[in-house]
Amino acid sequence: MKNKYSIFSLIKNAFSSHENWQRAWRDPEPKKEYDAIIVGGGGHGLATAYYLAKKHKMTNIAVVEKGWIGGGNTGRNTTIIRSNYLWDASAGLYDHALKIWESLSQELNYNVMFSQRGVMNLAHNLQDVRDLKRRTHANRLNGIDAVWLNTDEVKKFCPIINTSPDIRYPVLGGTLQKRAGTARHDAVAWGYARGADQLGVDIIQNCEVKGIKRDGDQVIGIETSKGYIKSKKIGVVAAGHSSVIANMAGLKLPLESKPLQALVSEPVKPIIDTVVMSNAVHAYVSQSDKGELVIGAGTDSYISYTQKGSHNIVEETLRAILELYPIFSRMKMLRQWGGIVDICPDASPIISKTQVKGLYFNCGWGTGGFKATPGSGDLFAHTIANDEPHKLNAAFNINRFVSGDLVDEHGAAAVAH
Amino acid sequence: MFIINCPYCGERDQTEFSSGGEAHIVRPKQPTELSDDEWAEFLFMRKNIKGIQFERWNHSHGCRKWFNVVRDTSNDKIHAVYKMGEKPPVNK
Repeated sequence: MKNKYSIFSLIKNAFSSHENWQRAWRDPEPKKEYDAIIVGGGGHGLATAYYLAKKHKMTNIAVVEKGWIGGGNTGRNTTIIRSNYLWDASAGLYDHALKIWESLSQELNYNVMFSQRGVMNLAHNLQDVRDLKRRTHANRLNGIDAVWLNTDEVKKFCPIINTSPDIRYPVLGGTLQKRAGTARHDAVAWGYARGADQLGVDIIQNCEVKGIKRDGDQVIGIETSKGYIKSKKIGVVAAGHSSVIANMAGLKLPLESKPLQALVSEPVKPIIDTVVMSNAVHAYVSQSDKGELVIGAGTDSYISYTQKGSHNIVEETLRAILELYPIFSRMKMLRQWGGIVDICPDASPIISKTQVKGLYFNCGWGTGGFKATPGSGDLFAHTIANDEPHKLNAAFNINRFVSGDLVDEHGAAAVAH
Repeated sequence: MFIINCPYCGERDQTEFSSGGEAHIVRPKQPTELSDDEWAEFLFMRKNIKGIQFERWNHSHGCRKWFNVVRDTSNDKIHAVYKMGEKPPVNK
């Protein structure tokens, strides 16, 4: 790997005031034709390109991105990584990703700041307790670490939580996945971009797809703001805009796109050293390395592409946060933003071939796609290279909406999607 | 967040309403004769338009009546509101 990052390169560049670092990826003009094109330069798309080049030796490929890489949902999520899903298919998919996360910084020679600080999911009513205990057992049967904590153990693990029995939604216990945690989301996009670029992948930014060209049942190229590009394999990883691209190819997807919000507070000293998620009251909190509280709110209930989100959603989340963490009552919120998430009826993703030959879709990650980034890229690359799904993503085909074989994580997952 | 002009109650905050998704998806007349593909199309497949969309809303915290809205999903601007059974006021 040229320009390998190490302690020595850091020291060497320190002597020249860090003014001589080389750019981490090129800025090429598109070629006339590629063996494969990935539409969407977020974490999932860049990971797909990286694994196509690395594991499947397809190096004449491009990633086209309408804005800048990592500027969509990759840079807008709350960076939570976990694999404690109920159903076998989901457990297989998300734990595959978690295993890659564990050595990703070394593999990419890029610090993605993966931190296994644990993720705790709280139970606030009897049904929560039953569901979370059931999920703990299911996780263990699938080889995924999970433990049930009673109220005292929750308090011990995260002392700032209000575990008084007198609050509106008292904490009746929780589950803990210790291998879960967070990572630096921008670094994931940049690390994969640098890795893919060094393997010969063209990353073309500011290049919006305007049309998908078909010759009968075979896809033959894309019309973009930088001209027409030929390719017989096109993988679309466009998150909230997946339906927009699908409509260009004459397809419909089982998706609805909605704004999902997050917000961060002013930075404070270390106060919460884990990730706490609460489904029933919809409040997720962790603390970034800069000291900001990172708070995840819910989705708006209607289709929208505005990347804003409604104030009442933020208000509901903060109300819950204040009851669970009275210590935060005088903190100021610094920034709030929205991302457009594409949600499937069963709240599980689609990593699949389509009825159009050579056209593949990786979408439907809804509100929880960041954690799957490495696994999603790996499995989508396998699907594109072999024109066949890997056994871990076979269940996530688009045909499940016809066969009825849904992977129903709605209400089954650790959080509502 | 926006204001919806309910055809029965007048202007109210969006939080009083529930979105019913894409409008004018006709329920199949002969459900027993549908293939699995046709069922999937009816139940799950959506245009999910970025731009002018025809959709159903319910005034769930008000009169509880259903009606249709023409809204631009790229900026949440509402172009028209019309009752169930009425013809869309703009070209669909």
